[in-house]
Amino acid sequence: MKNKGYILLVVLAVIALLASVSLYRVNEKQKAVELRFGAVAEADVAPGLHWKIPLVDTVHKFDARVLTVDATPESFYTLERKRVIVDSYAKYRVLDVANYYRATGGDALAARNRLGARINDGLRNEFGTRTLIEVVSGERDMLMNQLTTELNLTVRESLGVEVLDVRIKRIELPEEISEDVYRRMRAEREVLSREFRSEGEEEATKIRADADRQRVLLEADAFRQSEIIRGEGDAQAAAIYAEAYNEDAEFFAFVRSLEAYKQSFGSPDSLLVIDPQSDFFKYLKDAQGGRAQ
Amino acid sequence: MAWNEPGGDNRDPWGKRNNDGPPDLDEFFKKIKESIERLFGGKKSGGNGSSSSGGDSSFPVFLILGLLVVAWVFSSFYVLDEGERGVVMRFGKYQKTIMPGLSFNPYLIDTVEVERVTAIREYTASGNDSMMLTRDENIVLIPLIVQYNISDIRSFVINVNDPVLTLEEATDSAIRHVVGSTAMENALSDGRQQMTSQVRERLQTYLDSYGTGINVIAVTLQRGAPPEQVRDAFDDVNSAEQDRDRLIDQAEAYRNGILPAARGEAQRIIEAAQAYRGQLISRAEGEASRFNQLYVEYSRAPEVTRERLYLDAVTQVMTNSSKVMVDVEGGNNMMYLPLDQIRRQSAGGTASDSGGTLDRQLLIDEVLREIEQAGGRTTTNQRLR
Repeated sequence: MKNKGYILLVVLAVIALLASVSLYRVNEKQKAVELRFGAVAEADVAPGLHWKIPLVDTVHKFDARVLTVDATPESFYTLERKRVIVDSYAKYRVLDVANYYRATGGDALAARNRLGARINDGLRNEFGTRTLIEVVSGERDMLMNQLTTELNLTVRESLGVEVLDVRIKRIELPEEISEDVYRRMRAEREVLSREFRSEGEEEATKIRADADRQRVLLEADAFRQSEIIRGEGDAQAAAIYAEAYNEDAEFFAFVRSLEAYKQSFGSPDSLLVIDPQSDFFKYLKDAQGGRAQ
Repeated sequence: MAWNEPGGDNRDPWGKRNNDGPPDLDEFFKKIKESIERLFGGKKSGGNGSSSSGGDSSFPVFLILGLLVVAWVFSSFYVLDEGERGVVMRFGKYQKTIMPGLSFNPYLIDTVEVERVTAIREYTASGNDSMMLTRDENIVLIPLIVQYNISDIRSFVINVNDPVLTLEEATDSAIRHVVGSTAMENALSDGRQQMTSQVRERLQTYLDSYGTGINVIAVTLQRGAPPEQVRDAFDDVNSAEQDRDRLIDQAEAYRNGILPAARGEAQRIIEAAQAYRGQLISRAEGEASRFNQLYVEYSRAPEVTRERLYLDAVTQVMTNSSKVMVDVEGGNNMMYLPLDQIRRQSAGGTASDSGGTLDRQLLIDEVLREIEQAGGRTTTNQRLR
């Protein structure tokens, strides 16, 4: 009983020990290279559980996922010698494990730094041939595709990695240029403000002028109509008078004159200096009224 | 397959299984080795003291092994909540995707990574993170929120190192690309709708090209704003716009004030004219009618009527007015009458009778003198009798 237990334990321990040195597993997220005495024996080990010969084979595993190079923001000069601060990132993954291992010795950080340097060089060159507007706007895609293609021509061979894409997270203007931009933006806004205000004044003046014009025209038109109406009145009245008085113009003159006399001299203020020779007084001195003459 | 037996320190299998990343085989074996050594070491040291008692000392070994096996089996069961999915990798190789419910996967052989796939996650960029250049080289702030979930858990878990960070980087790039292709006026006002869809599309393309297994549900661009440094100038544009509207409103108020008044005045003028016309015509008709009626009578007896009319009129005139009768031979129009004073006399009335008569007497004398002088000089201008 006692020995049996020990033997089982020892057997288990030996199996565990052997397994621990001769079995390895490669994760789905990993790529591995198996070396036999330092030379590459199996370049791309599939995910899963694998055997190796202890002390003879060594296995190196790398992250096979899409990795990021997030470079620190760098200053580049555009074609028109404007300095911009560019924060970019690149996505890459290990393509050729053997190459990757040879180039970097399995040091992921070293690989990333070398790739980062390449990308920065590429970006610097691309920026140097483009204006700021081209870099900021629609050209970006083209720039990035070109850069990615160029990078892949070299890094596949030299690093064993594939660059999926390089993208600019942000392009910033340095402090002094930002100030210029702010000044320009401010000036543009001021132009707009002034335009709005003058527009308002223009519009207001137009409306007032229009109102004044309408008023003057309204009054003038009213005057015209009123004169026409008055003229009609005058004309009709004249016609009526004429028709009536034409019956006997002499009699009309007589009656109208009498009326005029009454109105003109009808008040005590009127002072008449009268010559008794006048017709009215013909009976004053002579009962015959001078008819004898 | 003794190597997969759990170590002695495996007291919290769930916690360990849920750890991110694959359990390291080497470390695991090291632990087994250590625990076995400890076991034997303990035995040895204990054996020195109790080798005579021997007998049942193998019993705890089997007991411990048995307990470990039971613990291993139990720890291999797990439950996934609704909305969660698990990715099973056997010895690191992708096996299958687990749906919600109770599942069994042997611990240490299989690793399971669980993610909540239905939950909507958010990435927000605001403040200085949202500062960007527009096509016309202006600087604007456009905060945005990206909502996403996991559409393909296998890709999400396996393909990309830190998919969430990748999403954030891709978002930063996509929004800047789109804003960089848009003029500021547009970016700050009505171009938002279009930009939103462009960012979403672009972002999804980036994420798909990396194989992140992330599905962008919505991109929300918040209202863009100019940077702090120029905000007052932008605000002033708004107030200028309002100033313009205010000026126009005032002018319109002026117009609305004077035009009705002017229309009223015009109407008044026209009405007055119509009144004048009506009045004139009515008077004319009245007078004409009166004349005609009179004329009818006149034509029956012209002489008498004429005489009567004349006398009536003169009577009326004479009755009402002041009169001076000058019954002098040779009177002519050159004679001087102090008419002003006469008038004042008559106006003075009858109250100062005595004085009045005196003055009048004097006046009359003076008049007579004048007349005589004039009469002496001119004889030609005598009137007919």
